[in-house]
Amino acid sequence: MPHPETWMRVTPQGLYCAPGDFFIDPARPVARAIVTHGHSDHARPDHGAVLASAETLAIMRTRMGEGRAGREQQALRPGEAVTQNSVGIRLVPAGHVLGSCQVVLDWQGSRIVVSGDYKRRADPTCAPFEPVVCDVFVTEATFALPVFRHPPAEAEITRLLDSLRLFPDRAHLVGVYALGKAQRLIALLRQAGWDRPIYLHGALLALCELYEGLGVRLGPLAPVPSPAKRGGGGLLAGEIVLAPPSAEATAWVRRLAEPVVCAASGWMRVRQRAKARGVELPLIVSDHADWDELLETVAAVQAPEVWVTHGRDDALVHALGLRGVRGRALHLLGRGEEEEDAAPLPAEAAPAAETAG
Amino acid sequence: MSLPAFAALLERLVFTPGRNAKLALLRGWFAGQPDPDRGIGLAALTGELALRTAKPALVRELVATRTDPALFRLSYDYVGDLAETVALIWPARAGVNAPPPGLAEVVAALETTPKADLPALLAGWLDALDATGRLALIKLVTGGLRVGVSARLAKTALADWAGQDVAAVEELWHGQRPPYLALFAWAEGRGPRPAQQDLPVFRPLMLAHPLEAPDLAEIGPSTHRAEWKWDGIRVQLSAMPGGRALFSRGAEDISAGFPEILAAMDFHAVLDGELLVMRDGAVAPFADLQQRLNRKVVTARMQATHPVGVRLYDMLFDGAEDLRALPFDARRARLEAWFARTRPARMDLSELIPFASVAALEAIRAGAREAAIEGLMLKRADSDYAAGRQRGKWWKWKRAPLGIDAVLMYAQRGHGKRSSFYSDFTFGLWRADGQGGEELVPVGKAYSGYTDQELLWIDRWVRNNTTSRFGPVREVEKTLVIEVIFDAAQRSGRHKSGVALRFPRIARLRTDKPAAEADRLATVEALIDGEAAED
Repeated sequence: MPHPETWMRVTPQGLYCAPGDFFIDPARPVARAIVTHGHSDHARPDHGAVLASAETLAIMRTRMGEGRAGREQQALRPGEAVTQNSVGIRLVPAGHVLGSCQVVLDWQGSRIVVSGDYKRRADPTCAPFEPVVCDVFVTEATFALPVFRHPPAEAEITRLLDSLRLFPDRAHLVGVYALGKAQRLIALLRQAGWDRPIYLHGALLALCELYEGLGVRLGPLAPVPSPAKRGGGGLLAGEIVLAPPSAEATAWVRRLAEPVVCAASGWMRVRQRAKARGVELPLIVSDHADWDELLETVAAVQAPEVWVTHGRDDALVHALGLRGVRGRALHLLGRGEEEEDAAPLPAEAAPAAETAG
Repeated sequence: MSLPAFAALLERLVFTPGRNAKLALLRGWFAGQPDPDRGIGLAALTGELALRTAKPALVRELVATRTDPALFRLSYDYVGDLAETVALIWPARAGVNAPPPGLAEVVAALETTPKADLPALLAGWLDALDATGRLALIKLVTGGLRVGVSARLAKTALADWAGQDVAAVEELWHGQRPPYLALFAWAEGRGPRPAQQDLPVFRPLMLAHPLEAPDLAEIGPSTHRAEWKWDGIRVQLSAMPGGRALFSRGAEDISAGFPEILAAMDFHAVLDGELLVMRDGAVAPFADLQQRLNRKVVTARMQATHPVGVRLYDMLFDGAEDLRALPFDARRARLEAWFARTRPARMDLSELIPFASVAALEAIRAGAREAAIEGLMLKRADSDYAAGRQRGKWWKWKRAPLGIDAVLMYAQRGHGKRSSFYSDFTFGLWRADGQGGEELVPVGKAYSGYTDQELLWIDRWVRNNTTSRFGPVREVEKTLVIEVIFDAAQRSGRHKSGVALRFPRIARLRTDKPAAEADRLATVEALIDGEAAED
């Protein structure tokens, strides 16, 4: 049985499977790519052939435009297998966002699972993660420090609803990523009984429509209205407004009624991160595995060797060593960028952002 | 379940910038929590919970028994705060299903538990709490909540919630002890107003209006008295048979920071005056007094190097007799007679400045460049001691501010309502860079003085002229000149420029002026202390 290092290696473009001659989540345009999910640090434009779940392909078309989401697109259903130059390929749900999948590769009796980004909590907007036993498990390590233990998302939603009761005269502006977090938060609010319209920054509209089109029910959504006159404010008191992170730093926000600035992210666990962003109500809701879940997952897949793509690889590799698992940091470039705090949108760009994907 | 509830309150307070929002959170706490927990929470916030606290080292040792040292180090490096790191990293123990402790339970157990049993007690509580609860517990037992709530704010919230004036709560406060059962009973209309027994309570201060040129017509030597306006902090000394206290202008009890003043209050009276650092009768610059402010305890060394005194200017009570309805002249006579009789240590009288005319007064004000003097106070001779800021009774007439033309260097986003605006501005002046050229050196930060229109303009300018970003701070092109005014310039070892400005604010945007023509650092250095030329 060949060692996985002999048939999977790190290149400047990203992870490359030599016998299959394809890349996984390549950072630059390549001839053949498998894409785990639609976040921009994994799904890049202008590849030749792209293999992914149908949902991920739809997300890529929405975000990049038809012409740039791969010249040839091949959708693979979960559990369905294809073979590329003698390498067996399967996609298995990763539980990160709609359409997100792990890539299970088999070659000459050796198996590598590239998990992309994943989480283990229930998410009403996507299929749950399924552990697959393998020889090498390729994992993220976004929250790989023992200080990151995400509380139940439902409890965080309760805190948001409590705040709405306490401050009924203020809009509640929640900073969320456009793909995944926005829709999960909406779905969690619906589960908690919030049936009022949820107001969306223009940058979130297209993906919410796509989710609806793909069968994820989100309830009544409405765009954030423009103020009656230029520079006017006081809108949407007592309502929930979702916007990309850092929208609160732009002139766009001045239309809202004295907004309570909230942010939904795993980073909100650490006070200094929340304080530095000027967040008034940090909500710890993450689409990544927390520390315990990373270790549980590694145990569940029974891999003797774990490769860490990005994040706190130092802590995870150390902890794996204590458990007798060989850990290896891959230092993939350009990862975690969409999910890190996005740079503030310049005020002048805010109106444009309302139409952009 | 009250410790988790208290933890949730602290968590919200820590992130809430707005005063009104903080008041709402506190009112919610009083309304939603039972006795005695709500009172214990109030005491924790107002700093009146005298807990036998644990050392941070104890917490550190405790966590070392539960975590891998390398993982702890990586985590601490990332989080940066010991209490928070411990709260977050503390591993859940399988099989623990004890309910989280109550706030009252924690306080009571800390009182009675022998020191040797403290680690086990703490560990048991930490096991029963979530991360937010653990952080609140650690902050509570190591003594340092730091949630940005002053005692005054907590009392204001209590008064709001009870439908009472904050002055009424202040008057009662000193007679009450945690958990304030009688106070809450009174606030809810279930009990009588608690009796006061000769305890020192804060009496609302009389405040002054800023004097504008047209107001000078009202001023005259027969109707008004003039005093220097000292650059210290306003204090109220309250010495009653039941105790003594020193209050700040904001009604904070600052007694603990100034034990030598408390020791000197060997009398029964309520006095109004200015707290100053004084060496051999000479008033030191405000920067010296700043060294003594916001300290819970003060070392003997600090008392020796930064000796404080009080310059008295009014008398509210002489013994049990309330003087506040008397006219100023009568109160002043009582103050002088009392002072001559009592001769209290560490105190003197703020002298009255004789003047023959308004013109003479203007000359006196213009001539005052001593660092310790901010300007003049003008008080109506026939006015009672009226709480608050009543127009026409007391005037403050600050000396004309100093001004410089500085270059905008950095801008930072504000908080709360200003969070979408770049509203805090760091500005600099030119100096030689030692290599034959000129460099800008930051001299201060201003976040007021501009109009709403000007703020909109600068915000846009900052966004269009950013050269780099550091979190919420932007560095900008060094091309915008702003006219900055300030009350005084002082030497400072804490600033790169070696100077610190008192109360800098933006007077004007000088879009007409090229940055190269902005002032040099030497201009400010010439204004330090008494070095300024008259303006």
